[in-house]
Amino acid sequence: MSVPAFTGSNVMDVDAAKIRGAGSNVHFDKVSVAYGAHVVLHPLTLDIAPGEILAMIGPSGSGKTTALRAVAGFVRPASGRIRIGATDVTDLPPYERGLGMVVQNYALFPHMRVEDNVAFGLRAQGADKALIGERVKDSLATVGMSGFAKRYPRELSGGQQQRVAIARALAVRPRVLLLDEPLSALDAQIRRNMVEEIAKLHRDLPGLTILYVTHDQTEALTLADKIAIMRDGRVSSHGPTAELYRRPPNRFTAEFLGRANLLPVTVTEGATGPKGFAKAKLGDALLAGAARGEKPGDKTLLCIRPQHLSLTGDEEHTNRIVGTLKEVHWQGELTHLVLDVDGTPVRVSATRLPVSLPERGSVVPLFFAPGDTSLVPEDARG
Amino acid sequence: MADAAVLPAPIAKKVPGRFWIVPPAALLALLFFYPLVLIVQQAFMDDSGMANVGEFVRVLHARFFLNALINTITISVAATAGCLIVGLVLGLILAFVPFPGSGVIARLIDTFIALPTFLVTLAFTFLYGSAGMLNAGLMEAFSLQAPPVNFLYSTWGVVLAEVTVYSPFVLRPLLAAFSLVDRGQIEAASVLGARPFRIVRQVILPAAVPALIAGGSLCLLLTVNEFGIVLFIGAKGVITLPLLIYSKAIQESAYQVACIIAVINIALSLGLFGLYRFAAGRLGA
Ligand SMILES: Nc1ncnc2c1ncn2[C@@H]1O[C@H](COP(=O)(O)OP(=O)(O)O)[C@@H](O)[C@H]1O
Ligand SMILES: [Mg+2]
Repeated sequence: MSVPAFTGSNVMDVDAAKIRGAGSNVHFDKVSVAYGAHVVLHPLTLDIAPGEILAMIGPSGSGKTTALRAVAGFVRPASGRIRIGATDVTDLPPYERGLGMVVQNYALFPHMRVEDNVAFGLRAQGADKALIGERVKDSLATVGMSGFAKRYPRELSGGQQQRVAIARALAVRPRVLLLDEPLSALDAQIRRNMVEEIAKLHRDLPGLTILYVTHDQTEALTLADKIAIMRDGRVSSHGPTAELYRRPPNRFTAEFLGRANLLPVTVTEGATGPKGFAKAKLGDALLAGAARGEKPGDKTLLCIRPQHLSLTGDEEHTNRIVGTLKEVHWQGELTHLVLDVDGTPVRVSATRLPVSLPERGSVVPLFFAPGDTSLVPEDARG
Repeated sequence: MADAAVLPAPIAKKVPGRFWIVPPAALLALLFFYPLVLIVQQAFMDDSGMANVGEFVRVLHARFFLNALINTITISVAATAGCLIVGLVLGLILAFVPFPGSGVIARLIDTFIALPTFLVTLAFTFLYGSAGMLNAGLMEAFSLQAPPVNFLYSTWGVVLAEVTVYSPFVLRPLLAAFSLVDRGQIEAASVLGARPFRIVRQVILPAAVPALIAGGSLCLLLTVNEFGIVLFIGAKGVITLPLLIYSKAIQESAYQVACIIAVINIALSLGLFGLYRFAAGRLGA
């Protein structure tokens, strides 16, 4: 691979981002951020592996943007260090960090054509003309905007502007791509397409490390290798996406990621049998659930996803609870039911329903498979 | 809904607005256009009341007029350039360098616009005049016989005073333009590797061009017509068009010459005003 003609030492090898596994890791080492006396990020330790997409999700105000801006260099940590690859970037200005960033409102330069927007970073880094021309073409092709090079941002739709913003960030071959709610300004249909395109982008550039901040769990579940769930300036949980979804480590994670139902149960028997299910009581019902080392007498939560609850039982759906039907919302392919089970609202998303739907107010049995459950400890706080 | 039926429909159909143009138009004609016409008339008519361009051409070629024109343009261009530089530097600092009290400073500078122009000149005289604090201090400190600092009584003294007085007229539209620059754009540029100077040049200034043109042409307009400061400083040989009109009309009673120069001064002003409106229009768009 040829060495780029950059003057900046911050830029990685020209095609490094294209080489599998050649991206940089990002390491938060006890990074805290405070505005005056108001601590918005409590000491955060987190690692994003090279080439990984980490989705940082959480409710508004939980500190996601703050964490991302600390990596970019716009927020100075009160304590702790941030490393990108082998470089400690904590004291470097943003323009020496070799990153790409895309934000919600695109932030394109309005008086520059698309091609000049995309070329901006390379020009700032002193790349030579031939390389710039090539990269601009490449980057625009990557996001499917080759035909729009001569347009001004105002002549593009929101989705197209966001593609250009992504191309602009990719053109400098960043070590890490920072995305802060990149799709939140787009409408639902375009957002779904863009999520798929970002997934494809990462398949084409597997070495690119991505920190993806969003409050939208669908984007996170679709894109992320790992998810970090933020709450009140702290990481509430962190792990591989599927694992975090299947075995949420706490109530907050279970509810934020996929809106799980959480039934308060009392454990009667620890993990037994070949599958390691524990037994727990909810009122009179004795239920089996995937255990996490609970002992008899423990009060805990049984987590079951709305789509795993069924109105009919079979040899697999052996757990049975009863609830009072409160609400029915038909949404075409899905029907959402809300039941009251011993004072806990329980949501059911059903694709198939019995021919005659039970009346509102009637008592209905619900069935689910022990393998679809997991026992989740109650949060220490709230 | 019931009220609507009660409304006398025929009256509502008339256009009552049309009448209201008369009072302002009459006022404008009386106070503005009539004197203007008188001045133009005076400029192109000799004492016998005959149309005559000869005098106009003579004044155009006269030494005293050309000197004043050159002085006016030199001072105005230099002062405007100074205002643009001072306004830009101050504006960039106030808008983009976060320091406590920047808002207070901006408002204080704003208040400057409300003050009469001679106030600054007066202050300058106290500070840098022959008997001012600077000279008095220097004379005492170094036992000098004559005041060492004399720049105030020159073209540059006038320029300096005008820059001080009129910089806020550039600063104001600039701050308005800067406040509209998306901070996200600046951050995007920074992440992409642009240093502050490049960001100012390529991201901030392009957004501020209309404000610079508007503020700059307003400065040109105001400095071309500046009378108080030039008179107050009273530098020898620094005669500008407004000062010339004053001396011809009041001191020499040469009314036709005064009117001829006035016509030229008005034409210059209107041209600059047109430029300002054009730029201000683009700024609003
Ligand atoms: N510049 C700032 N000054 C003071 N407080 C701030 C500033 N930026 C963010 N905050 C506060 O920090 C907290 C976290 O904000 P943020 O990181 O933007 O959250 P998120 O991106 O998760 O919505 C919020 O309580 C917010 O009010
Ligand atoms: Mg945010």
